[in-house]
Amino acid sequence: MLKLEQVETTYGHIRALKGISIEVNKGEIVTLIGANGAGKTTTLSTIIGIIRPKSGKIFFNGKDITRTPSAKIVASGIALSPEGRRVFPKLTVMENLEMGAYSLRDQSTFSENLEKMFGLFPVLKERQKQMAGTLSGGEQQMLSIARAMMANPTLLLLDEPSLGLAPMLVKSIFATIDEINKKGVTVLLVEQNAKAALSLAHRGYVLETGNVILEGTGKELLDNELVKKAYLELL
Amino acid sequence: MKQKFKSAKTFLIAASLIIAFVIPLITENEYYLHTLIISGIYILLVLGLNLILGYAGQLSLGHAAFYGIGAYTSALLMMKLHFSFWLALPIGGIAAGIAGLMLGFPALRLKGPYLVICTIAFGEIAHQIFMNWESLTRGPMGIPGVPSPGEFSIGSFVIDFSEKQVYYYLVFIIVIIALLLNYFLVRSKTGRAFVAIREDQTAAEVIGVNLTFYKLTAFLSGTFLAGIAGSLYAHYIGFISPESFTLGESINILVMVIVGGMGTIIGPIFGAVGLTFLLELMRAFADYRMVIYGLILMILIVVLPEGTMGGIDILRRNLKKPQKI
Repeated sequence: MLKLEQVETTYGHIRALKGISIEVNKGEIVTLIGANGAGKTTTLSTIIGIIRPKSGKIFFNGKDITRTPSAKIVASGIALSPEGRRVFPKLTVMENLEMGAYSLRDQSTFSENLEKMFGLFPVLKERQKQMAGTLSGGEQQMLSIARAMMANPTLLLLDEPSLGLAPMLVKSIFATIDEINKKGVTVLLVEQNAKAALSLAHRGYVLETGNVILEGTGKELLDNELVKKAYLELL
Repeated sequence: MKQKFKSAKTFLIAASLIIAFVIPLITENEYYLHTLIISGIYILLVLGLNLILGYAGQLSLGHAAFYGIGAYTSALLMMKLHFSFWLALPIGGIAAGIAGLMLGFPALRLKGPYLVICTIAFGEIAHQIFMNWESLTRGPMGIPGVPSPGEFSIGSFVIDFSEKQVYYYLVFIIVIIALLLNYFLVRSKTGRAFVAIREDQTAAEVIGVNLTFYKLTAFLSGTFLAGIAGSLYAHYIGFISPESFTLGESINILVMVIVGGMGTIIGPIFGAVGLTFLLELMRAFADYRMVIYGLILMILIVVLPEGTMGGIDILRRNLKKPQKI
């Protein structure tokens, strides 16, 4: 469904991605794990077209989207819940969700999507008239995911949904990601919380300073000595 | 038929519309009419900057440049090429809009203070062109004798636009059209895109807003309105010179946007009319006028940080609270 071939992305002289190749198949949850600065967020930004790769190719459903404008990428079915949630703080929860549906050509599915999101995150329904900036961190994370889902994506990119959340909330967010996936949405999940991410994901890639150093099923990676040593032991 | 107004807001809008419409019929006082016409021209300027700043969140301190481009274009077309006013007016707007697009391009790459500096520089360039292209603009001497739109006759019925009452209605109608266009624009998908860009540019991009297109749209539509305002000004006053289109004027327009309330439709009208009248009322203070005006502005910003409209919102919320208990 999504394929990155030797993607290299640079910020000036700094090579954030040194030619990575990743594949996400339909129906999967795939996770990218790695430490700070490994290039996880850069990978997602490059996929959605906010940053352009220097070289390499990105294919979505067989189509080359390497140079496609991000507005078109979103319209073609990829949505991102960005790092740090980035909800619109001065807009209400409802307005945020409306913004999420921005790229929908067929606005008639809006209320249908809205119902689905309120079903998935009942707390957002309660707080729909509240300004997003006044929500708790967990609620903002839910809103960020819901906003991305309002665009009816077939591939959902999640950037560190567990960041700064209490363990209980992390569990519930991950359960929701699983639920979204079971409803047919493919998920590419970027996480620092390697244990939780690998337990949930079908497959995973380990990034280190812009390179993929390991790949395998979630279970394989959980059992891998290197992964254990680098990412799991301290947790 | 009895009609109940849904809210105080609708009532207020209707009332001010009616008052604005009948004023020329009940007063012959040229000074009031003059101040109202100038207010109307400022409403157009402020509406335009409000699109760029209040909705799309791009701070421009070069708005007077587009006001000037509209004024010079329209005046020169009529005087040198004998265009009719009705053609010169929209072309003045379009010329300003094209210049606005040129300013929009750097705005695609710059943010915050850097963008502000760029817009100031742009305004200064326009000012220097008005000052120094003497063969066309007569430089600092300005262009006197800009013709009024002339007469418009339907049979034996003659409308003379050199009369203040008539010009007032011309400005009134254009302001109403601009308000309606504004209203529909900010409620459309375009308006939502503007707000998304204002609130968080990166978030806007990831929900699929085409930043390039909508930033340029904001600059184009906002500066088009400034150009129209410039044309109306030139053919009303009859004299234009670079002095009217300076950084000081840009700041003046910006203050009106902020005092009125950014990102609202009604706010700019408050700001434009309120501050124009305030300045006129203070003529009694002679030399101290600008000092006192400055003080009042400082007080207004402290008391009403979100502008007049924001202040009204806060007041309404506070009034509502006790009822809930």
